[in-house]
Amino acid sequence: MSLEWIVKIISENWPMFLRGAGMTLYIALIGTVLGAVIGLMAGVIRTIPMPERGLKKAILKVTNVILSIYIEFFRGTPMIVQAMVIYYGSALAFNIDMNVLLAAVIVVSINTGAYMAEIVRGGIVSIDKGQFEAAQAIGMNHFQTMVNVVLPQVIRNILPATGNQFVINIKDTSVLNVISVSELYFLTKSVAGNNFRYFESFFVACMLYFVMTFIVTRILLYFERRLEGPDNYTMLSDVKQADVPAK
Amino acid sequence: MEQVIDIQHLNKSFGTHEVLKDINFSVNKGEVVSIIGSSGSGKSTLLRCINLLEKPSGGQIIYNGENILDDLHDIPAYRRKLGMVFQQFNLFNNHNVLNNCVVGQIKVLNRSKDEAEKIAMKYLKIVGMDKYINAKPKQLSGGQKQRVAIARALSMEPDVMLFDEPTSALDPEMVGEVLKVMKELAESGLTMLIVTHEMEFAKEVSDRVVFMDKGVIAEEGSPEQIFNNPKQDRTREFLKRTLKQS
Repeated sequence: MSLEWIVKIISENWPMFLRGAGMTLYIALIGTVLGAVIGLMAGVIRTIPMPERGLKKAILKVTNVILSIYIEFFRGTPMIVQAMVIYYGSALAFNIDMNVLLAAVIVVSINTGAYMAEIVRGGIVSIDKGQFEAAQAIGMNHFQTMVNVVLPQVIRNILPATGNQFVINIKDTSVLNVISVSELYFLTKSVAGNNFRYFESFFVACMLYFVMTFIVTRILLYFERRLEGPDNYTMLSDVKQADVPAK
Repeated sequence: MEQVIDIQHLNKSFGTHEVLKDINFSVNKGEVVSIIGSSGSGKSTLLRCINLLEKPSGGQIIYNGENILDDLHDIPAYRRKLGMVFQQFNLFNNHNVLNNCVVGQIKVLNRSKDEAEKIAMKYLKIVGMDKYINAKPKQLSGGQKQRVAIARALSMEPDVMLFDEPTSALDPEMVGEVLKVMKELAESGLTMLIVTHEMEFAKEVSDRVVFMDKGVIAEEGSPEQIFNNPKQDRTREFLKRTLKQS
């Protein structure tokens, strides 16, 4: 009976499943955060207005070309292949035996970064031109405009897409089993290899993946609403005189 | 009189379309200059060229004796000296009213938070928005937004204030509150350059009125001269058309 097997598998292997789920969540989380940072930086660089001439123009052009190649390349190849190339390639090229966990985090981060770069650029482009002009008009440079005015609005707008990326990463870390990262899929495979109950073992993994993505989606939804801010404001005359500039 | 901004032979083209043709004019310290003219005459473009939101195609903009169009000029530093008020307000959506007036002071002028807030409160009081410091832009009416935008520009304590049709996007009943603030500023001796469609207002507050038509300055002079005795036919035509409407 399947149900009995499922109970048995869970009771015998739960530490392994939890470890796998924890590792999956860990890689997905770090990968998404680092990927978002890469994406933000790439987005800011790619929206720098092109100077008309000089060294700055040349540097910016070269940087943009490199970023384009990076984005196109990592969006255009499967993560499972990237994992193999980076893990075995680094061993071959630099003669370093990379820690598999480090390799996993790097693969997920730069893969996510390539997608996030486009998401961020879309977010920046969608901000009203007036916001940039107003910031420039009070004397902010591109970087100050981005940090103080544009990116806070972009981040709020791209939060749903970033959450989506996080959910994708939780699922897609399963491909990292090819480089023997001890994430959920890899450990489930070894559980199933011991008991030969493939359906039951992977059914447990399936449930764990779903629980993780579901909880993460709820948490992100909560943050999204928090970022919207309160609907009401207090007039200064309504509050006590002592509470001057509240945030 | 001391010239703050002196514009010489300014040209601006969008592609092959010449929007500004050989503009020469200057703004003196403490002067209130209104730019009037029909839509598409280039008056907003001229204002936007002055703070380099549009890059002029040719000519010179002399600010305090320096040509700011030469290659090495620090543009953000120059823009700090000019306050800009936009037709569409353009308040920073991610900041509340107080922070809209504070963020530039802290980040650009390196003022301390306390000092910046004190200065912001001073100008928010002048525009009558000091009670709304906790509100976000989306919670304000158009007139309120524009008054905050004026306070934001004033908080940077600029040498010149540029107004780009500040009341054109407002509902009629809100135009008055913004014009009242601007009138008070004009009387306080601030140097102001105003692109406007409000003829009565221009006549009342300006020291000098510039009439633009088809990318050139067709006529300039005192408000009395422009509104009561225009020399040019096209000025007369324009005034007849607009005054009939209002």
